[in-house]
Formats: sequence, C-alpha cells, structure tokens
Amino acid sequence: MKRTSTRWAAASGATVLALTLAACGGGDAGSGEEGSGASGTVAVDGSSTVEPMSKAASELLSEENPDVRVTVGAAGTGGGFEVFCQGQTDISDASRPIEEDEVAACEEGGVEYTELQVATDALTVAVHPDLAVDCITTDQLIELVGPGSEVTNWSDLDPSFPDQEISFFFPGTDSGTYDYMAADVVADESEELRKDVESSEDDNVLVQGISGTEGAIGFFGYTYYEENMDSLKALSIDDGAGCVEPSAETAQAGEYTPLSRPLFIYVSNSSYADNSATAEYVDFYIENLETIAEAAKYIPLSEELYSETQSALEGLSS
Amino acid sequence: MSIAATTARETVQLATGRSRERSPGSLVFLGLLWFSLFFGVMVLVVLIADTAIAGAGRFDADLVTRYDSTLTPERTGFRAGILGSLWLMLFTALMAVPLGIAAAVYLEEFADSRRWYNRIIEVNLQNLAAVPSIVYGLLAVAVMALIGIERKGIVLGGAIALALLILPVIIITTREAVRAVPEEIRQGSLALGATTWQTTWRQVLPSAVPGIATGTILGLSRAIGEAAPLLMLGLASSVRFDPEGMMSPITALPIQIYGLSSSSQDAFQEAASAAIIVLLVMILGLNGLAIFIRNKFQRSW
Repeated sequence: MKRTSTRWAAASGATVLALTLAACGGGDAGSGEEGSGASGTVAVDGSSTVEPMSKAASELLSEENPDVRVTVGAAGTGGGFEVFCQGQTDISDASRPIEEDEVAACEEGGVEYTELQVATDALTVAVHPDLAVDCITTDQLIELVGPGSEVTNWSDLDPSFPDQEISFFFPGTDSGTYDYMAADVVADESEELRKDVESSEDDNVLVQGISGTEGAIGFFGYTYYEENMDSLKALSIDDGAGCVEPSAETAQAGEYTPLSRPLFIYVSNSSYADNSATAEYVDFYIENLETIAEAAKYIPLSEELYSETQSALEGLSS
Repeated sequence: MSIAATTARETVQLATGRSRERSPGSLVFLGLLWFSLFFGVMVLVVLIADTAIAGAGRFDADLVTRYDSTLTPERTGFRAGILGSLWLMLFTALMAVPLGIAAAVYLEEFADSRRWYNRIIEVNLQNLAAVPSIVYGLLAVAVMALIGIERKGIVLGGAIALALLILPVIIITTREAVRAVPEEIRQGSLALGATTWQTTWRQVLPSAVPGIATGTILGLSRAIGEAAPLLMLGLASSVRFDPEGMMSPITALPIQIYGLSSSSQDAFQEAASAAIIVLLVMILGLNGLAIFIRNKFQRSW
C-alpha cells in the first residue's frame, strides 16, 4: 500500500513537472508564431451593439473559410478603443465615432485606422394607432420617459394633446435599446428611465401591449416597427428641425435625430495590410453588409453610404 | 458516533415536540435553525429548478457541439465555452498545484515558524484567500504585461489569473493535510535514517494526497465558475474554433452565459439557462472527483 502510494505520488509529480515544461515550451513556440503574423486570427472587440453584426460576419465567413479565425468581444465602445489603440486588437466595434482623446491614444500607440460605417441603428417611438398625437419634440420625449417623470396623461405633456391616460411599454433594462434611450437620448446621470412601466425583454410583447392598450407608448428597434406597421403608429420626432418620421431613409440620411446613430467598425491599417485573415474578414464583412445588418436587425446602409464605405475600404487596400 | 446518534435523536424529538425541554427559548432557537436550513436549501433548489425549466427546451446535442450562432439563435451552442473552460482548468491546475504544494510543504516542514518573515507570509496567505476575484484579474493583466505578452484573451492569461486566485486555497488546504499526518510517522522515518527531504517526499506527501486533492479540486471548481477576472483579461465572447495551445484565443462558459443572459432574444436566454445547467454539471463532476479521490486514498492510523 505504501509502495504504490509513493510511486503514485512520484509519478504524478514527474508528470506535472513534464507537462509544465512542455507547456512552457509550447508557450514560446506560440509567441514566436504570433510575431510573424501568420496565425490567421482576427481579434475584434468593442461595442456590444455592433457585436451581433461582427458575430454574424464571423459565422458566415466560417462557413466559407474556416481557416480565418475570428474572436469577437463586447468590452464596450470605449473599452474596445482602449485595447485597439494599444495594438492588441485588429478591429474595434463602435456605436459612435471615435473621440478626440481616443484619437490621441491611437496616435500615441502608433495605430493607424480606417473608419467603416456598417449600419444604422434607429429607435422607433410607437403609440397605439388611434392616438391623436403624431409628433413630439425631443424635450417632450425626455420629459415623458425620463427618470422620475410625473407625466401620466397625454394632456400633461401638451394641452393640445388628448386627455388620455398613458401606459408605458419599455424594453428590459438589460437591453441595448434601453441603454441607448437612457444614456444617449435622455442622458440623465442615473442612466435610467421612469420605473412605472410594463417591461419586457421580448420586443414582440411590447408590440402586443402597445397595440392593445389605448394611449400606450413604447419604443424598440426600427425593424420591429417595420414588421408591425399595421398595428402601431410611429411618432415623428422634432429635434429642432421639424417633425421627422422614422424610416430607413431618414435614419440613413442622419435626419432622424437623436434616435438614430451610425454604427462603425474601425480597422487597423497595419493589421489589414499584414494579416491576410483581417483583410479577408473585413472584405467579406463589407461585401455581405446588407445580409449581416439584417441578421443583426439593423437598418442596412443606403446605396450612397454603402459606396462611401466601399471606397474607404478601397483606400485601405491600396 | 454514539454522541452524534444521540444528538440526532434529541433533535428529532425536539422537532416533533416530544422532548421534555419545552422552554420558549429553546423552541425559538430550534425554529431559527430549521429556518436557516430550509432557507438555504430552498433557495438553491428553486434556483436550479427555475434555471432547468427555463432551459428545458435546449438540452440537445447542438448545445455542446455547435459554436455560438447569431443567425440561428435556437441552435446556438457553447462548444467554444466548454472547451475553453476545460483548457483553462487544465493549465490553471498545472500552474497552481505544483506551486501551491511546494509552498505549503515549505511552510509546514521546512520553515521556522518563529521567524518574522514566515509569520508575515502566513498572515498574508489568509488575507489573499479573501481577496475578490476581479483583483486577481488585474494582477494577471500586470503579470502578462511583465512577461511581455500583448495578445489578449488567451489561455495563458486566463490560467494565470485563475491560478493566482486558487493558489492561497491550495496552500491552506495542503498545509492542513500535511499537518494531519501524525508526527510519529515523521519521527519514525527520521529515526530510520531518512533525511527530512526523504521523509517529506516518501512519507508525508503520499499520506496527504487525499487532503491535497480535495482542496485542489474544490479550488478548481470555484475557478471554473469565475467570469470577472477573465473579462479583465479580455477573453472574447465569441470564438469559432477549438483551443490548441497556451497562446490560443478562447472564451469561457461563464463569459458566454453572462453575454447571452442579457440578450433580448428569448432563444438566447433559453440557451443561457441550459448552459448554466451544463456548468453546474461540470462543477458537480469536479466535486465528485474530489470525493472519489479522498475515499480511494484515505488512510487511517
């Protein structure tokens, strides 16, 4: 008994040692390989809003060419730029254009990049189809959905609106849609919206709730409105330049503010030039942009914007 | 044995009200004990049952054999996360176990516990075991920068973080196991002319294997459920290939669960619930292994 135990311990000790040595050896080989840039992997990180698109692109590409290996992370736009500007990732997803301090960080890190717009994200504020309200201003929207709002009747908001009680149907607090409305549109420090609302992670439940309750209001991605145009009415938004109704055209043209925003990927120029995997991934991404945007439920680019993105890509290749 | 049996019988009598002692104080106290027991177990059972029901539709082969899928949410899988977590466990164990055992053996068998520096080490080990896991993530980021590896989200970085995380646990449990070996065994070995080294290597360590293995595996099963330190190290949420080395980019099961459970699509939430059950099964498997090893190598003097 004692002998076998001793042997067992000795054997396991030797195995652990051998494996550790082997592992160290493997590590060295790995880092050497990485230096030559022939590993065929592409690291993507950044906005969790753009993440579904980058994942869809990766998934579609893997069906055609499994040798291009893509990792997609969701550290957020800011967190994505932080590592991107240190040269640790090849592509950074962003739901806003790069900011000045991030430009400086990238210069410092010696990372040159190319901005490619990949889609447009737009929120639609939808109401019950019989409601006699067609357009509200941005300020009214903020007053209506902001934290601690005491507006419970449409006539509270504007005396010309009907005397009709309001029911609210909001996406769940975990969703990007909620975050966008709270953090970017309402832009209150708490990054929250009013709490006396019906809430669901399933946008279809919101659609049913709004279409079935008089005076109801809610918001979600434009594609859901597009699929349910018969049972909902979309409010136009007046952001100082007159009422603009949500549509693919107004969102693409940048007129539907502040509820629409462009989505970008930032590609490292040196990675695109040196790493064939990055080049193939980005080319594939832009080539199939419409399919990818629709899979991730965003508004595809207009032809004009798409050709801009394509020419930016050509500038990158040359 | 007999004391335990008597206590158990008395407890049962108290609970059923047949005991003679019926002072309000003791009854209230007993009630509190029952409540504590019931509360803890019930919360656990409800949580597991709720998760299992939420993920019931997804206990299929796709769940473990396919990579994550944005295009077909109802067929999304966790292959990358499961393999990634297993690889992390392997390399975490390879790093933490030899270091932890060596440190514990030094402290128990060789170190002079009256020296001030050994005492400082001892106190700090206890403190380290209570440090929040995200701090180890930061520490591992620093270690990676120190050894000059810039690549994010790879096996090595994650394994360093998790190894640092469980190292104090392994050291502490190994010390307990080594201390439990009777002094007579050491004295006997030394009396027969063996050196301290030979005594430690051939007598003490083999006898302590059950305790060491149990502690190590319990440490590992804590590490496998960690997401926070791995997020610090930039592990991706989507990887579409299997890990194949220390420098291979990976994802981990807890990270994928974290990502999907906040998704607005029902299919992803269902998949996340099913993946939680997979993670629980993995942890249960590790704990089962610990019990098996303890029973198999258990010695009594």
